[in-house]
Amino acid sequence: MSRKRETLRIGSGAGFAGDRLEPAVILAERGGLQYLGLECLAERTIALAQLRRLKEPAEGYDVLLARRMELLLPVIKKKRVRLITNMGAANPVAAADLIVEIAKRRKLDIKVAAVTGDDVLKLMRPTDRVLETGGPLSAYKWLVSANAYLGVDALLPALATGADIIITGRVADPSLFLAPAAYEYGWDPDDLDRMARGTVMGHLLECAGQITGGYCADPGKKDIPDFAHIGFPYADVDVDGNCVIGKPDDTGGAINLITAKEQLLYEVTDPRAYVTPDITADFTTVRLRQAGPNRVAVSGASGKPRSPTLKVSIGYHAGYVGEGEISYAGANALQRAQLAGEVVQTRLKGEFKEIRVDYIGSTSLHGKAYDESARPYEVRLRVAARTATREKAALVGEEVEALWTNGPGGGGGARKYVHEQVGVISGLIARDKIKTEVTVREWRREKETV
Amino acid sequence: MKKKLYDLAHCRAGDKGNTSILSLIAYRDKDYAVLCENVTAQSVKSHLSHIIKGKVTRHEVPNVGALQFVCEQSLGGGVTTSLAMDAHGKSLSYALLEMEIEI
Repeated sequence: MSRKRETLRIGSGAGFAGDRLEPAVILAERGGLQYLGLECLAERTIALAQLRRLKEPAEGYDVLLARRMELLLPVIKKKRVRLITNMGAANPVAAADLIVEIAKRRKLDIKVAAVTGDDVLKLMRPTDRVLETGGPLSAYKWLVSANAYLGVDALLPALATGADIIITGRVADPSLFLAPAAYEYGWDPDDLDRMARGTVMGHLLECAGQITGGYCADPGKKDIPDFAHIGFPYADVDVDGNCVIGKPDDTGGAINLITAKEQLLYEVTDPRAYVTPDITADFTTVRLRQAGPNRVAVSGASGKPRSPTLKVSIGYHAGYVGEGEISYAGANALQRAQLAGEVVQTRLKGEFKEIRVDYIGSTSLHGKAYDESARPYEVRLRVAARTATREKAALVGEEVEALWTNGPGGGGGARKYVHEQVGVISGLIARDKIKTEVTVREWRREKETV
Repeated sequence: MKKKLYDLAHCRAGDKGNTSILSLIAYRDKDYAVLCENVTAQSVKSHLSHIIKGKVTRHEVPNVGALQFVCEQSLGGGVTTSLAMDAHGKSLSYALLEMEIEI
């Protein structure tokens, strides 16, 4: 199925569920793309989506889906950009239905392909091994979700339907970007080097703004121009999987060796063996070169055959976390905050297995201050604890709030919170247990008038 | 002469479960050898001793002049259940850059 393409441009319009909306619109409008990927599923996002689906069966897709589609649909139709996204989360078919609804209201012809089969909750066994603990899955009583990371092989049939939009649940992030390249160039899944290079391309794109200056800028050290308006990236991919990373003209941000190196290594636990459903890629053979202003050329990368198993991300109910915060300032601020922390710990003693006490402005992030001479002018006490019920979790915030009238002098700005907590662990599943499916939903104007 | 890593290198932190991954990247190619010689798995573990509870593995990535530190049991039990504010450990990059080396 090799096609006659010379180059292919794939954009990245979101790097997490809550990412900015307009950079994807700019990419689709004037990025010259053939494909736009939106990566919106963090480890925990799908478990939270599954909780929503349990309450309301027609939900469980990304909460920003409608807002993103209202903005993007007219543009991708006008510019003939195909969209590929994991915003289906726990319910890709319902997400496809919603997209068709929006298109119909706007009188735009639309064809959406939903990929399912990642939901493997029913296939998990109590004896399955949890990768983090080495122990059995049965240690976790209340499982919420289990989703296998699908790869390119699950996406190719959806691309072959010719759909404008391919929407999925759990898919390995780089596979969202590798799939269109493998499809357009007709790469053999066993063509290890091309699949490895395409995976590097996908990995560089998957966090969107993280390769154009986001999660990088440091004034005076790593300055990023027009930082409030960083453009999102695209890759110009050639038939061998080598690529150049760029971004639309007249957007802010920067693409250079600093941003590219940081993103290449981001979250990589073994640079010689980056494992996805498609490949095991060696990142130590990748070459990066500044190829022009805001353009970095990426070549090299080699691959070993994909693993016979797929990783499964498993969500479980982990109880409730209660939190409380209050601030102190001026002379002796840290000591008054510490006294307040001791009071809360004393009063909650025995109620919780673990109580975390942080002094924001001093030691909350790293457990100590590396510059011990720095005296903070103000300090915010934060107390947090986890427990089984919402009511008990609320005790933490209540005790902190009571410091207003019962705690050290000058305590102000008390806040309290309770969050339901979903934990995520992982396991493995054999590939042959998984059957993926493509469901097509479409609407065309002429049908309405017949 | 003592030098902070901040002067020689940049760093990005990533996370997988309870593992923090710290990429230490030399600004100048020639400083990669300095990092290799002075920043070991052991020195990173002791610099971040109150954060890293597990094993530290150092990977050399010479093609981009970087060292990759994979720090197990470093995120308060894991991103999704940690009681820490920065559950992902995204700010840990700047704790590593506080480290001083003798050159």
